[in-house]
Amino acid sequence: MSNFIYFWNHFAFILLMVGGLFIIITSQNYLKKVVGLAIFQTAVFVFFVSLAKVLDGTAPILTKMENAYSNPLPHVLILTAIVVGVATSALGLALVLQIYRNYETIEEKEIQSLELKSDK
Amino acid sequence: MSNSFLIILGIITPLFAALFSYICRYNNNLRDSFGIIGGLVTFLISLKIFHGIQNNEIFQITFFTLFDGVDFTFKVSALGSIFSLVASSLWILASIYTIGYMRGAGEKNQTRFVIFYSIAIHAALAIAWSGNLLVLFIFYEILTFSTFPLVGHKQNAESQSAGRLYLSILVGTSLIFFLPAIFWIWLETGTLDFQDGGILINQFPAEYLSLLIAMLVFGIGKAAIMPIHRWLPAAMVAPTPVSALLHAVAVVKAGVFSFLVVIVYIVGPEFLLQTKSSDWLVWLACFTIMASSIIAITKDDLKARLAYSTISQLSYIILGAALASSLALKGASFHIITHALGKITLFFCAGAIYVTAHIKKVSELKGMGFKLPLIFFAYTLGALSIIGVPPFIGSWSKFYLIMGSIEREFIIVAIILGISSLLNIYYLLQPVVIGFTQNSRREVKLTKAPLTVWPPVITGLSCLIFFFYANYFLNNVSGVIVS
Amino acid sequence: MFNIFLDDAAALVVVLPLLISAIIAFMPSKIWPWIISLVTLVLHLVLSLHLLKEISISGLIIYEFGNWEPPWGISFKIDGVNIGLQLLFSIFVLISTFYSRKIFLSEIDSRDSGKAYSLWLLAIGSLNGIILTNDIFNLFVFLEISALASISLIALGAGQNRKALLAAFNYLIIGAIGATFYVIGVGFAYAMTGTLNMNDLVIQLAQYSDGQLAIFAGMSFMLIGLMVKAAIFPVHIWLPPAYSYAPSAVSTLLAALATKTILYFFVRLLYEVFIIYPSYLSLFLDFVLYPLSLLAIFIGTLIAIYQDDIKKLLAFSSIAQIGYITLAFSLKDHSGITSGFIHIFNHALIKGGLFMAVGYFAILYKDRVTLSSLRGFGYKYPITSFALLICGLSLIGLPLTNGFISKLYLFQALYTNQMYFSIALVAVSSALAVAYFWKIVEQMWFSEIKFKSEKEDAYIYLPIWIITVSIIFFGIYSSPIIEFSNLSADYLISGYQN
Repeated sequence: MSNFIYFWNHFAFILLMVGGLFIIITSQNYLKKVVGLAIFQTAVFVFFVSLAKVLDGTAPILTKMENAYSNPLPHVLILTAIVVGVATSALGLALVLQIYRNYETIEEKEIQSLELKSDK
Repeated sequence: MSNSFLIILGIITPLFAALFSYICRYNNNLRDSFGIIGGLVTFLISLKIFHGIQNNEIFQITFFTLFDGVDFTFKVSALGSIFSLVASSLWILASIYTIGYMRGAGEKNQTRFVIFYSIAIHAALAIAWSGNLLVLFIFYEILTFSTFPLVGHKQNAESQSAGRLYLSILVGTSLIFFLPAIFWIWLETGTLDFQDGGILINQFPAEYLSLLIAMLVFGIGKAAIMPIHRWLPAAMVAPTPVSALLHAVAVVKAGVFSFLVVIVYIVGPEFLLQTKSSDWLVWLACFTIMASSIIAITKDDLKARLAYSTISQLSYIILGAALASSLALKGASFHIITHALGKITLFFCAGAIYVTAHIKKVSELKGMGFKLPLIFFAYTLGALSIIGVPPFIGSWSKFYLIMGSIEREFIIVAIILGISSLLNIYYLLQPVVIGFTQNSRREVKLTKAPLTVWPPVITGLSCLIFFFYANYFLNNVSGVIVS
Repeated sequence: MFNIFLDDAAALVVVLPLLISAIIAFMPSKIWPWIISLVTLVLHLVLSLHLLKEISISGLIIYEFGNWEPPWGISFKIDGVNIGLQLLFSIFVLISTFYSRKIFLSEIDSRDSGKAYSLWLLAIGSLNGIILTNDIFNLFVFLEISALASISLIALGAGQNRKALLAAFNYLIIGAIGATFYVIGVGFAYAMTGTLNMNDLVIQLAQYSDGQLAIFAGMSFMLIGLMVKAAIFPVHIWLPPAYSYAPSAVSTLLAALATKTILYFFVRLLYEVFIIYPSYLSLFLDFVLYPLSLLAIFIGTLIAIYQDDIKKLLAFSSIAQIGYITLAFSLKDHSGITSGFIHIFNHALIKGGLFMAVGYFAILYKDRVTLSSLRGFGYKYPITSFALLICGLSLIGLPLTNGFISKLYLFQALYTNQMYFSIALVAVSSALAVAYFWKIVEQMWFSEIKFKSEKEDAYIYLPIWIITVSIIFFGIYSSPIIEFSNLSADYLISGYQN
């Protein structure tokens, strides 16, 4: 039980990550898939930032007063990863937009049936 | 003139012949002469090499290393000298014959024909003189690809489907059976060079030798053992000079030569005899001999009949290789020469009959013997040689094969060979009998084509004359035998 | 003066295409982006050759960004393992950019030329970064840049067929999941060792002599993430639609190089870093990579036989070929790694050549290139068709082509490790590959239709023939490729100390 509380950030991360994956796998709507991807990636970011926390540490920005700072390296890495995630989401959304323009729908089932019809 | 240079010259000459034929494509006589000139040059070179091998000279040249343990080398073996002699000498006659046939039959695209013919001969010579199994494989494939346009020469629907069958069977068997077998040999021994006594003994696991032999005999599709034989009758749609080339000189001989060379110089007769791994092949070869002879009897089309006769005769050579005793190998090697001479005679005659009298079927030959006496004379000579009657050269190879099977105590095989000769008598001599005993009621207009008549007469007479000089060839052949 | 340029060659190789990509992004002209790209890639080749010269002298280059010493800074490492790949990369992107002139511009709107080439250079720069980087997080960055650029390039094929959008989207989702898994793994590795530099990672990991669960979890995440990106069975799903609906020039570039660079990093990670835990490595290689490779080879070839669409056929054939490469790498010894690298080189050339030839047919035919659409093309476009024939024969492994050399060394590596079942499987799938190749040949030369030969565009058949000639050249004189691969294997197996 104490493990559960001590490692609560791990469990939160797993819940969020699996939730995001679940949305990606089961959604029929492409827009929801992009959102699921964003949740999945955010889960990872949250996890690493939470790992960076040092006891009684504050944000890793130099000031004259504080002594303990959280580990800045994960923060930096996650900043990079967030940027990548933003770009991925943006591209995903742009693609969804184009799919909508071409297919008039963004539901996976409808698109598949449209493609099957045009193949015949 | 150094020995290595002779090899290069011999292999390149047909390519030059092809090149010059192309350059002179607008002058028919000049173009066709290059086949004859090339044939003469390669024949002289092959003869010199043949003599040299008898005197234990070495003919070898290495160009570069292909990969670990395998170089691009040419090395003339005793068997190779025999094959190259056959190929080059018959090329001369086939070129003369081609001139007569193509002009007499009015075939189109003769330049393309001559060019690919020459390239095919080049590939056959390179196979004969290859120094290791990979070089043999490379030129074996080149032979397939260069004879493909020859098979499909007429470019009608029948030729195209025949060409497709030809290519798919030969390339398919090479890639699926032959090439993996080569890999396997290389993996086990680290080399692919031809050596006296073979390279597999003590290196290759004996329990898998039967499997390897199977992969080789089915992979070398040009040897036409059943069931890989279908391409041969299909390829009969080609003009007869191609059939003569395919069935006497280049393609099928390359096939059985490759198999024989693999048995003698890669597997090694001793290893084979120790493990008895090719005994099953003896029976398969016998089956092929009998089955194709029986099918030949049912064929009315003369070329189809000769095609099945060829399948049967090729299995004689495979039989000899499978028996692997010294007499059997002697017979098999010598059979390359005897069958080549005999079969080319028969095919030349079949083509001559077509060109002069426009007859393809045996049943239509009634009374033609009197109108085409020279052709029928040559045909009879060739047939008697194939049947194996003394004093024809074919009797020697049959004799050795029968002796070889007795040496290995396969008495039944000897009996089968005898029965096969009887069947040969029937289906080979039937045309002669029909030609001279029945009178035809119709008037047949004859086209004059003397150049198609003299080559078979020459080869037919050779079958008779060389009987007395057999030792000349047999000396080289004994170099083949080990222990 | 050039020395300033050449000193930073390791960084410029990656940065130069990225910079130029930004410059040409909004050029309205149709042809200038192509010309500028070409010039950039020529400079790129010059830089790569300079790096080769440096390596032949010193054997190792570590380039530290911002002069931050490792392990704090990000560094690029060039040594015997990746110099061969770098050279292949430079030469191939130059040839395919030259090839792309007619092909690319006929499949996309000419107003988009600037953007298209900007994405092209972006993809090239980031793929090159994957080859050179020595930092595991830096790899993620380059992985994602190349993925985003590739996705946009694939989506450009929507002008021809709107399924390209679906293929790109699919790739986006699956690729992002894979990359994120990789980041999770990186995070675990960082959490346990405090470093991201690959050389330092080896040192730091050694302190955990028997390994900890967190490290194994992290390693597994990293490897699975890379497997998704490298299209190893069964997470290869994104590859066939992506490569077949992309514009032809894009398929050429991606099929030849994209997965290869990731496979290179994969093998480097395995044998340089994870070699610290040999039992884990054996577990992964024997029970995960080896069976999946066999499945990839067999199933990829089988599915390819039933494909009608030529580009999909080639894509599934790529899956099988990637299977050959990973099979070679899963053998854990020198001969295996050598044959894996040999096939990386050879397959890049073969697939590049095949996609180039099919790409030409695609723009001629203006529709999906299917088996039936290829009828008689052997006579209509003899030059390109003959090149396709030779590349296909190399795929099957006919002697005198470089594909034969790959197969040879693969068989030898399998044989040395006594993996007879694998040998049989590889032999069977080679025979099966003949089946789908024969179907193509039959349609092109043996169908009833006979065309007169038409004039072919030299801009297009020239690069195709350069690749074809190199296929035959390396089939006969295979020493350079074998030397490079042996060098890579030497570096990886002997263990490399910074």
